[in-house]
Amino acid sequence: MNAIIISALFGVIMMFCSWGVKSASAQKNVALIGLIVLILANLSQQNGWYVLDIDTKGMLSFSRFGLYANLLLFTLTLLYAWINGDEIAKVGNNAGDYYALFFFILCGVSILTSFDNLLMLFIGIEILSIPLYILTGADKKNLFSNEAALKYFLMGSFSTGILLLGITLIYGATGSFHLTAPVIDASTGLAKEQFLLSGGLLLIFAAMNFKVSAAPFHFWTPDVYDGAPTVFTSFMATIVKAAAFIAFFTVFETQAKALGYSWGIILPIVIILTLLVGNITAVFQRSVKRMLAYSSIAQAGFMLFALYGKSDFATEGILLYAVVYSLATIGVFAVLVKMKEYSFEAFNGLGKSQPLIAFTTTIFLCSLAGIPITGGFFAKYYMLNALYVSGAGLWLLITAILFAAVSVFYYFKLIQAMYFTTGEAAINEIDKTYQYKLLLIAVILLVIGVLPSLLFNYLYF
Amino acid sequence: MLLFTLLIPFIAAIILLFIKNNKAANITAISFSALTLSIVLCIVFTKTTSIDVAWLPQLNSRFLLQADGLAKILLLLTAVSFPAILIATTSNQLKNKHIFLSLMLFTQTGLTGVFLAGDALLFYFFWELALIPVYFLCSIWGGEKRIAVTFKFFIYTFLGSLFMLIGIIFLYTNTPDHSFAIESFKHATLTSAQQMTAFVLFFIAFAIKMPIFPLHTWQPDAYEQSPTAVTMVLSAVMVKMGLYGVIRWLLPLFPAAAKTASIFIIDISVVGVLYASFIAIRQDDMKRLIAYSSIAHIGLMSAALFTQNEIGMQGVLVQLFSHGINVLGLWIVADIIEQQTGTRSMKALGGLAKKQPTLAILFIGFALANIALPLTNAFIGEFLMFNSLFQFNPWVAFAAGISIVLAAIYTLNMVQKVAYGAVSEKISIMQAPNKYAQAVLIVLLIVVFFSGIYPQPLFNLTADTLQNLFC
Repeated sequence: MNAIIISALFGVIMMFCSWGVKSASAQKNVALIGLIVLILANLSQQNGWYVLDIDTKGMLSFSRFGLYANLLLFTLTLLYAWINGDEIAKVGNNAGDYYALFFFILCGVSILTSFDNLLMLFIGIEILSIPLYILTGADKKNLFSNEAALKYFLMGSFSTGILLLGITLIYGATGSFHLTAPVIDASTGLAKEQFLLSGGLLLIFAAMNFKVSAAPFHFWTPDVYDGAPTVFTSFMATIVKAAAFIAFFTVFETQAKALGYSWGIILPIVIILTLLVGNITAVFQRSVKRMLAYSSIAQAGFMLFALYGKSDFATEGILLYAVVYSLATIGVFAVLVKMKEYSFEAFNGLGKSQPLIAFTTTIFLCSLAGIPITGGFFAKYYMLNALYVSGAGLWLLITAILFAAVSVFYYFKLIQAMYFTTGEAAINEIDKTYQYKLLLIAVILLVIGVLPSLLFNYLYF
Repeated sequence: MLLFTLLIPFIAAIILLFIKNNKAANITAISFSALTLSIVLCIVFTKTTSIDVAWLPQLNSRFLLQADGLAKILLLLTAVSFPAILIATTSNQLKNKHIFLSLMLFTQTGLTGVFLAGDALLFYFFWELALIPVYFLCSIWGGEKRIAVTFKFFIYTFLGSLFMLIGIIFLYTNTPDHSFAIESFKHATLTSAQQMTAFVLFFIAFAIKMPIFPLHTWQPDAYEQSPTAVTMVLSAVMVKMGLYGVIRWLLPLFPAAAKTASIFIIDISVVGVLYASFIAIRQDDMKRLIAYSSIAHIGLMSAALFTQNEIGMQGVLVQLFSHGINVLGLWIVADIIEQQTGTRSMKALGGLAKKQPTLAILFIGFALANIALPLTNAFIGEFLMFNSLFQFNPWVAFAAGISIVLAAIYTLNMVQKVAYGAVSEKISIMQAPNKYAQAVLIVLLIVVFFSGIYPQPLFNLTADTLQNLFC
């Protein structure tokens, strides 16, 4: 509850702060303070202190898992804003507005981690999405940015419509918006009003797939990620996506049972399609930014494993994956914004001219590819193990690793450009502090890569 | 003690990143690797030790290092190889030598970890860790086609190890106490079909690493394109990872599946041995010749392993060490010749014996060991291995036996072209090799003949592994 209130409050404060605080860096500092307050508020709720103790009538429930997810996502946002502050200021006239939008998104995030009711899911998704449409079009004079925003808005609204229809059908079937496990008739193995219920769930499934950009609902992703200003793409591809995944996970953790047998068919199809489209298309990209857009589709395919069935691996894995993937992606994008152009050739010879940047980028890419001693390995490990304990066949795991090997291909293409190809890297001047910030992310990834359990201890104690 | 064998190369690797001076970097690298060697020697001559610390409590994975005979013999090989390689290649001029040396020592850390790990997840971890520095070593300092070739090598092995990862998940979930320790893996409840599946998943990883025909295609190119110091690591130590994996994990965990699959694996191994030998005969490039000869030797070891016969296993355990030493010697000689003449083509060489008699004698010594002549260390191992193959099936032994003849043909052919004949233009400009490299060669040659005449210490060292496997 604390997080929802504070984030909304800071959203409003940031909107008006440009009256009092003129300089972009001061606005950034206000936002950073806001994020720290937000984190503290969330921490205090984790320890049982409330700003307001409201009875939400079962609309929201604050689980250990949800609050912890909040904490992680807020911390990631803090890290993101701390690193990218200057770039955010460069996008438009008034950085304060963007920070306001970030806080509104975080408000949506904190609803999505705590909803207990399908209406709250809908509200959370909307609060999350609308600021994103604006952020996508933030580069007002750029036609691509405008196109991306319009495309995102139209398709996003459409998918929201589908989500609402799904919720309505479920209401028709159960007479309630609550996320309670469906009542299964023991003799037939079906739920009451099976047809409405599974129809509704499938529609929600489709809409959520759209939000996490899983195939075949991924078509908006490359264009929107490519068109949006690069700093904001970084935010969309990481924190927003992670939050959408946590909501996705929460809905289907309880509801998947109602789909019964067919869940075991639909989900693998979506997983394989997502992995196929994401990985294979990424191989052929010429622009690093587009490659990262497709790779984020591919990574979504891996995250979908957590939905297959309920297990400790799935719960821990989704958090671990979200954190590790976000860290690495924020890192790569933070390097990308400093590039003069986004082609692979622009990275040629970066290893020589900027050794530290090249080194950190290598760590990020290795983590995305899932190579040991970076966090990405354990993220992938948890997901594979979750899939297997939930009863998926080995064939699905083998398919997954084949695609993981494909992903090495395009991530390492960038490493090869940096280290093994000579050339003049098209990179802007980067100051030392910025480099150390990137190094910090790399170190965090390495620590998680050796001791991932540091992240989970809280879930148990 | 065991922890130091990992820590010392690791710390040295980190220190080396900051030593920009070539000479100082060389000295640091060599002295740290020599320090590791001395510690390993202590471990080899003391009782079996182990380290066991909790690592990932949620997964029940432990940081478990164990040193039994099998681990010790490979630990010894690793610890001997690295200082030898570093000393023999000190004079090679490379850009950013300190980073090169640092990556070499990271590789050593990874390799040592692979041989010591007693926990499957930890094993996987080190398995990959050994690969990544090698990827950078080959891609940065390799030959002309290095990038494509190394990438092929990397993707091949990475994919193989991902299969192993699935095997690990599969077994882990089926263990009674959900643990990664090798002991619990042995108690996993598997039907025979499941055992076969897991066997195949693990085997793919090991087969690629060894490599067994037809998964060997990455190897000759990778050996040829890598800087020679890395080629030495690859062929002397790294290929042993695959064989080690079979002995440590595959055979004890899936005995029934291994029995069923043995006839198939032995057959493809023997086919691979002959195939590689025939190709070796046709080679003109010294590096490629040694690479194919190495494939042939490894194939023979893999065939002998799967006979699951005590004699054969004994032979393989000794040969693991001997093959490493022999091939190391050959590479060092080839490297000296290449550094000084600028070519590896045997057509352009000739008359080494007249120009540099000492080097030629050393070269011939290693060449004889490569043919497994009696008195050299390879003889005893190969003899035992053929013995086991004969017991398995005389026809298979006959087919594999042809490879001895072929080995003699290609090795002696190389000796003849390089060492004898008229002094060629290239050889005539050769200087005496630097005395450190020569000293290393002499020491290695002494090891070759000593363990050829008196192999008993090696047998004693591995006795406990043998006992665990067959009693």
